[in-house]
Amino acid sequence: MNAFIGFIMGPMVWISAMIFIFGLLIKFIFIIKEVREKEQYLLSYMTVRHSLRSICAWLIPFYPRSTRLRPVYYGVSYLFHILLFVLPVFLFSHIVLMDQSLNLSWPALHDGAADILTLAVILALVFFSLRRRLEPDVRFLTSVKDHLLILMVLLPFVTGFLAYHQVFLYEWMVIAHVLSGEFLLIIIPFSRFSHMITAPLTRAYTGSEFGHVRHAKDW
Amino acid sequence: MNENDAEIIEEATDEAVEKGLERLTSERISEVINQVLHKETGARFKAYVDTCMRCGLCSDACSYFLSNDRDPRFSPAAKVKQTIWEMLDKKGKVSKDFLRRAVHIAHLECNVCRRCSMYCPFGIDMAYMMLLVRRICHKLEITPQYIQDTVNSHSVTMNQMWVKEDEWIDTLQWQEEDGREEFEDLRIPLDKQGADIMYSVIAPEPKFQAGLIYQAAVIMHAAGMNWTMPSRPGWDNSNMAMFTGDNEISGRIARTFFETAAKLNVKRIVMGECGHAFRSTYDVGNRQLAWTMAPIEVVHAIEFYHELLTAGRITIKEKFSKKVTLHDPCNVSRGRGLHDMARKIVAMTCSDFVEMTPNREHNLCCGAGGGVINCGPPYKKERMRNNRAKAEQLAATGAEVLIAPCHNCHSGLEDIIHHYNLNMEVKFLGDVLFETMEKKIYRPGE
Repeated sequence: MNAFIGFIMGPMVWISAMIFIFGLLIKFIFIIKEVREKEQYLLSYMTVRHSLRSICAWLIPFYPRSTRLRPVYYGVSYLFHILLFVLPVFLFSHIVLMDQSLNLSWPALHDGAADILTLAVILALVFFSLRRRLEPDVRFLTSVKDHLLILMVLLPFVTGFLAYHQVFLYEWMVIAHVLSGEFLLIIIPFSRFSHMITAPLTRAYTGSEFGHVRHAKDW
Repeated sequence: MNENDAEIIEEATDEAVEKGLERLTSERISEVINQVLHKETGARFKAYVDTCMRCGLCSDACSYFLSNDRDPRFSPAAKVKQTIWEMLDKKGKVSKDFLRRAVHIAHLECNVCRRCSMYCPFGIDMAYMMLLVRRICHKLEITPQYIQDTVNSHSVTMNQMWVKEDEWIDTLQWQEEDGREEFEDLRIPLDKQGADIMYSVIAPEPKFQAGLIYQAAVIMHAAGMNWTMPSRPGWDNSNMAMFTGDNEISGRIARTFFETAAKLNVKRIVMGECGHAFRSTYDVGNRQLAWTMAPIEVVHAIEFYHELLTAGRITIKEKFSKKVTLHDPCNVSRGRGLHDMARKIVAMTCSDFVEMTPNREHNLCCGAGGGVINCGPPYKKERMRNNRAKAEQLAATGAEVLIAPCHNCHSGLEDIIHHYNLNMEVKFLGDVLFETMEKKIYRPGE
C-alpha cells in the first residue's frame, strides 16, 4: 500500500504532468502537420494580427455580443476557467510540495481565500451540470460524455476541499484527490478538454478569415 | 427520453431526393460519407468536432432557432449533431430516413450565413459543416430538385437560368435601346477589349429583371466609365453549385468567369447587387481555382456606387425622402465588411434613415440565402415560418422602404413582407441611386 501511495504521490505526478504537456504539444504539432499536408491553403489566410485581434476580443469579458446574450453562463464560465488554473497553481499546499521536491516556490493564495474559491469552482460545475439538464437547447446537445467531463473536473476539487477540511477519511481523500487530479491531467490531451489548444487555433483561423479576407469583425 | 430527443420523421416531399434515396445502397452511403468526412477534410474539421463543448452559445445566432420559439433542434450545434456527429458515430452507416432529414437540415434549415461562427466562443465554422453535409448529399445524388436544376443549368449553359446565348445578347441590346431614352448615345459595349471594367450580373437579371441592367447601363454611362459586358458564357457570376457541394461544377463556373474577364483584358470586375455571387467570386471560386484571392479584382456594387459618389462621378439631384432602412446581406457584410460603405451611400442618397437592429455583421439573414430559396416553391411555406424573427426585425424599424443590396435577400425579403403583411417596399441601392441621381454625363473638371 505504501509503495502504491509512494508511486502516485511521486513518479505518477511527473508522468501525468508530462502526458499533459507533451500530449497537448504533440497534438498541436499533428494539427499543424496535417494542415500543411492536406489544407495548406488555410495557412495563407491566417495573419498574426487578425488571429490575435479575434482571440483578444473574445478574452475581454462581455465584449462579444454572444456573451452579453447569456451573461450568467458566460460570467460563471469566465471565472471558472481562470480559477481552474489559478487555484491549483497558487495553492499553498501545492507550492509546499513543489518546494520540497524541486526547491521551487512562489507566492501562495491565502488558505481561506483558496477555500472559498474552491467552493466557487464546485458551484460553477454544479451550475454547468444543472444548465445541461435545464436549458432546452443545451440539453439537446448534451450526452453522457458531457456529464462525465464535468465529473472529471469536479472530483479533484471536491476531494481537495474535503481533504483540506479533514472532515472524514482524510488519507483516502488525499489519495482520491491525487488520483483524480492525475487522471484529469492525463485525459486532457485525449478528450474535448484539448480545446485548451484547439480553441485558440479555431478562433485564430475564423478571426483571420473574418478580419483578413472578409474585412469584418467576428465578435 | 424527452420530447426533444424524439426523431423527426421527414416527409417525402422532394422527388429528386426520393428518387436519389431509392437508388442508394447502404454500402454506397457509408462509402461516400467516409470519403467526404475523412478524405476531403483535414485537421480543421477534426478540430471543429473535437473543440465543440456543447455550450449552446451558438443558438442565439440562428434565425431558425429564434423563429421557432427557441426549438433546440434549430440550434446550429444541434444541426451538426443531427448530421455530422451522427455520421461520425455510426461510421457512415446511416439510414435513408436519416439522410432525408440530413438533406433537409443542410439545405433548408441553414442559410450558411456564418452568423453562428460569430457567436461560438471558439469560432467554429458551422456553415462549413453544413456545406460538408451538402457535399455528401451531392455525391449521393440526393440534392433537392429545384436547386439541382440550377446547377444543371450552370453545367450546360454556364449560367443559372438556362438563358441561351442569343437571348442574353438580345436582352442587352433591348436594354441598350431603352437606355437611350435617358441618354441618346448610351451603349452597352459588348466584348470591348481592354475596358477598365467588366460589368457582370446574375442570370435572373436578363431572365426577369432586365430593368436592372438598364439602370446599371445608365449609371455607367452617366459616370463616364470605360466598361463592357461579355457576350459569351462567363457573364453570369452566380454559382449555385457552391451551395450544393458540387465543387467540380463550382470550379468550372469560377474558371469560365475569370477567363472571360481575362480574355477581355479588363482591369477589374464590377458586379451587380448580389451576395452569393460575390461570395463565389471573391471568396470561394478563387480558392477552387487555387488562387488565394480573386485573380482579377472583384468589386461589389456597394463599393462601386460609393466610389462613383465620393469621386463626384455621380451627383444626387434630390434625396430620397421616404423612411428607409438597410438590410446588411450576409455575404457582403459578414463576407466583406461593406456595411459601413452601404450606410454612407444611404446617407448620401436618402434623407430619412432608420437602423435595423441588430445590424452590420450581426444582422439576421434574410432567410433566403445560401441556396435555401433556390430549393423552390415546395418549401416556401416552411421558409416563411422560419423567417419570423426576420419579419419581427423588419417590422420594428417602421420603415416604408427596405434597401437590400443583394438579389437573394431581395427575393426573400419580398416573400417575408408579403407573408407577414409588412407594407414595405424592397429596393436595391441601385434603384435608389437611379431615382435620385442627376441624369447628366460626368465630364472631368465640370
